[in-house]
Amino acid sequence: MNNRNYDVVIIGAGVVGCSIARELSRYELSVLVVDKESDVCEGTSKANSAIIHAGFDAEPGSLKALLNVRGNQMMDQVAEDLDVPFKRIGAMVLGFSEEDIPVLEGLMERGVRNGVPDIRLLTREEALELEPGLADGVYAAIHVPSSGIVCPFELTLAYAENAYHNGAEFSLSTEVTGISTESDQYKFRIETTNGVFRAKCVVNCAGVYTDKIHNMVCEPSFSIVARKGEYMLMDKSAGKTVTHTIFQIPTRMGKGVLVTPTVHGNLLVGPTAYDIEDKENIGTTSDGIGTVRAKSALSIKDIPYNKVITSFSGLRSTGNTGDFIIQEDDKVGGFIDVAGIESPGLSSAPAIGPYVGDIVCRILEPSENPYFDPTRLGIPRVAEMPVSERRRLVGQRPDYGQIVCRCEEISEGEILDAIRRPLGATTLDGVKRRVRAGMGRCQGGFCQPKVMDMLAHELGISYAEVKKNG
Amino acid sequence: MDRHVDLAIIGAGPAGLAAAVSARKAGIDNIVIYERDEKLGGILNQCIHNGFGLHTFKEELTGPEYAGRFINKVRELGIRCETSSMVVSISPEREITIVSKRYGMRVVKAEAIVLAMGCRERPRGALNIPGMRPQGIYTAGAAQKLVNCEGYVPGKEVVILGSGDIGLIMARRMTLEGAHVKLVAELMPYSGGLKRNIVQCLDDFGIPLKLSHTVVDIKGKRQLEGVTIAEVGPGGKVIPGTEEFYECDTLLLSCGLIPENELSLTAGVGINRVTNGPFVDDRLETDVPGIFACGNVLHVHDLVDYVSEEADRAGRHAAEFILRHGKKANPENIVNVIPCDGVRYTVPVTIDTGNIEEDIHIRFRVGSVIRKVTIRLMCGDRELASKRRTIVVPSEMEDVILRKSVLEDVDGDIRVVLEGGEA
Repeated sequence: MNNRNYDVVIIGAGVVGCSIARELSRYELSVLVVDKESDVCEGTSKANSAIIHAGFDAEPGSLKALLNVRGNQMMDQVAEDLDVPFKRIGAMVLGFSEEDIPVLEGLMERGVRNGVPDIRLLTREEALELEPGLADGVYAAIHVPSSGIVCPFELTLAYAENAYHNGAEFSLSTEVTGISTESDQYKFRIETTNGVFRAKCVVNCAGVYTDKIHNMVCEPSFSIVARKGEYMLMDKSAGKTVTHTIFQIPTRMGKGVLVTPTVHGNLLVGPTAYDIEDKENIGTTSDGIGTVRAKSALSIKDIPYNKVITSFSGLRSTGNTGDFIIQEDDKVGGFIDVAGIESPGLSSAPAIGPYVGDIVCRILEPSENPYFDPTRLGIPRVAEMPVSERRRLVGQRPDYGQIVCRCEEISEGEILDAIRRPLGATTLDGVKRRVRAGMGRCQGGFCQPKVMDMLAHELGISYAEVKKNG
Repeated sequence: MDRHVDLAIIGAGPAGLAAAVSARKAGIDNIVIYERDEKLGGILNQCIHNGFGLHTFKEELTGPEYAGRFINKVRELGIRCETSSMVVSISPEREITIVSKRYGMRVVKAEAIVLAMGCRERPRGALNIPGMRPQGIYTAGAAQKLVNCEGYVPGKEVVILGSGDIGLIMARRMTLEGAHVKLVAELMPYSGGLKRNIVQCLDDFGIPLKLSHTVVDIKGKRQLEGVTIAEVGPGGKVIPGTEEFYECDTLLLSCGLIPENELSLTAGVGINRVTNGPFVDDRLETDVPGIFACGNVLHVHDLVDYVSEEADRAGRHAAEFILRHGKKANPENIVNVIPCDGVRYTVPVTIDTGNIEEDIHIRFRVGSVIRKVTIRLMCGDRELASKRRTIVVPSEMEDVILRKSVLEDVDGDIRVVLEGGEA
């Protein structure tokens, strides 16, 4: 693949990069996605709240507002086309005193202006009817039915797989080290740790590194800080603690600590929000976890913190403009930044694809790909099937009946699928994100040796070469 | 319904195997053991060190040898074993749903069930250890499986957090495999493992054990680079200024075992929040009729010999249940066993005094180290049994026998009390 020419090179294989790749695969364009990590979904896309926000708190008229609401509306179709778990469970924003009522009303009004449907103000009693576990200090709330939860790994993978299926190429473990322009049809020369690529257009969705990538070839015009968010994930037995995504009134630093079920039935609480220097530092801290505990307890009483199965943190890619930065550079034509994609980035990802697609189409004027297939079928989620269907499937493919991960009830067949698929898993975390083996309450204590064995066998490598990630 | 069995045993570790053998000897023909692994024996298969069987066989065996004794009995008795078969749910009516590669998906109705699924290790996430999440962090049991079953030693410079028995055993095992075990840190002021393992696995190899110490940070993005260990004071608070960085590529965790009862919950079995195992009566029957429990799924044991002994009883009582067609006890004869100050729990939690056929073991653990203590089993002012101990520790299971003769005229709840004692 070295020294090849592409119409578009996309830098960054997070949910935004993969959504754009899938959108561009609708056209007769040669598209390459590069990422410095060995798998897609290794950055911010893998560690976030997994919420499809309704879009009520973004500044009206901003890109965040436009793309969030649009992305939210698109999610049902995206979930159906790409076989991604998505549930529109609704959200509540809590107020804790009478003074919070005008703030909640302000959020409602913003929501209306942004086009968010059916928001209503609830008294404490009305809120308790919807969510009996609310803490004693909750005074009132707004209910936002269009908010949803999604599997962010599967959404990213689904976009990537569908893009691949429609002709996009991926070069992983490929870090961009320099970009220059030349007077050529393929004007961008992109140097990477995996050789040189040339492209007519570059789409920069490198997350916390978008400023660094931008500055390789453009005049500095924005900066990105990494804003860390720490979370705790609880066992499925705690998953019914709440049935909506529970927010507190947002602050300047973000949407605050939320309490939500995940689409797989766990309970997630977090995140914190504080800016850090080292963009590789995704460690958790005892202060951060303490903050999450203290703040979540204001929303919901009796959160079973003894059921925590893991803690993690992710880095928001926070730009200095306050809004998403999605535009072609003023001076360097064909270089498109997709930067500052902090929350609601995941929610907006379905809409960012077509938005960037329009920019690329304006530049390159491609014709449509007549073979584009918008659908992608995920790996069967065997344990979730009705007994009769599961029985039939296991009859056809017996390895779907051999359980490897006992906690999540994941079979050998599903793990093999995860490894053997195009853009398949090459690491333990890759398997975990694709089929949830090791995602449960024992956190891989039992299945890790078996999954290592399967990876080693399938990839023809030794145990020592089987990595957790990277 | 695909099939009907008299007794279904879930798990073919030491508990399941012993329960099957005793149920067969008690007259049950139609027994099936379901095992999710490919082999019988459970976790014993990866415990290749010796020290098993001193009570049961009066000799020192390795884990696989100990399991082998029971596997041979199961085979001799012609008990059906279905391996690579995972039970995914049990209904309160004792309908069991099983998936396997060989037989696909089936539903089997059982007259009685013995739960013998064992336990799992507490993972890093449940310990809330801050820091990065790199490669190189394993539970001690996962590392044991890699080293002993797969022939792969996961690292060279090792720190172990938690002094549970598997962690201690792995300190020695990793050392024998050429790794350098720098220390074992234990959060509590006492060890979580058996005294003999401290001596044989740490002292004999010069591996330091730091009590009241824990990991407060983990460094390394892809590969573990080191951990910061600090001392903790009373109340579990880290003492500032005691932090020390240890370079290492491997962190093993041996921080407690949790009975694995998610399956029991599908049947509606009541779970004791202290043990994380089912509430059982003196016949080891749970609060769902016909469902029995034994071994580490019931409460975590310190020695496998006690697991086998308990499972032997569970198997017999399950057999009785089947032969008597589930005859119920008279509720008037049920007395509670109540753990008092310093006693964390008891197994069993109730005794049917109207139907005492044998001596009853009251098993429990204490919450802290206590010296020179007398354990008394009291009914009102009357002492039913007592036992003097020079020391009781949380890492060891206590066992007091209530004689059949004493039990016959017990008419009230039985309290387990610790008397005297020095901290």
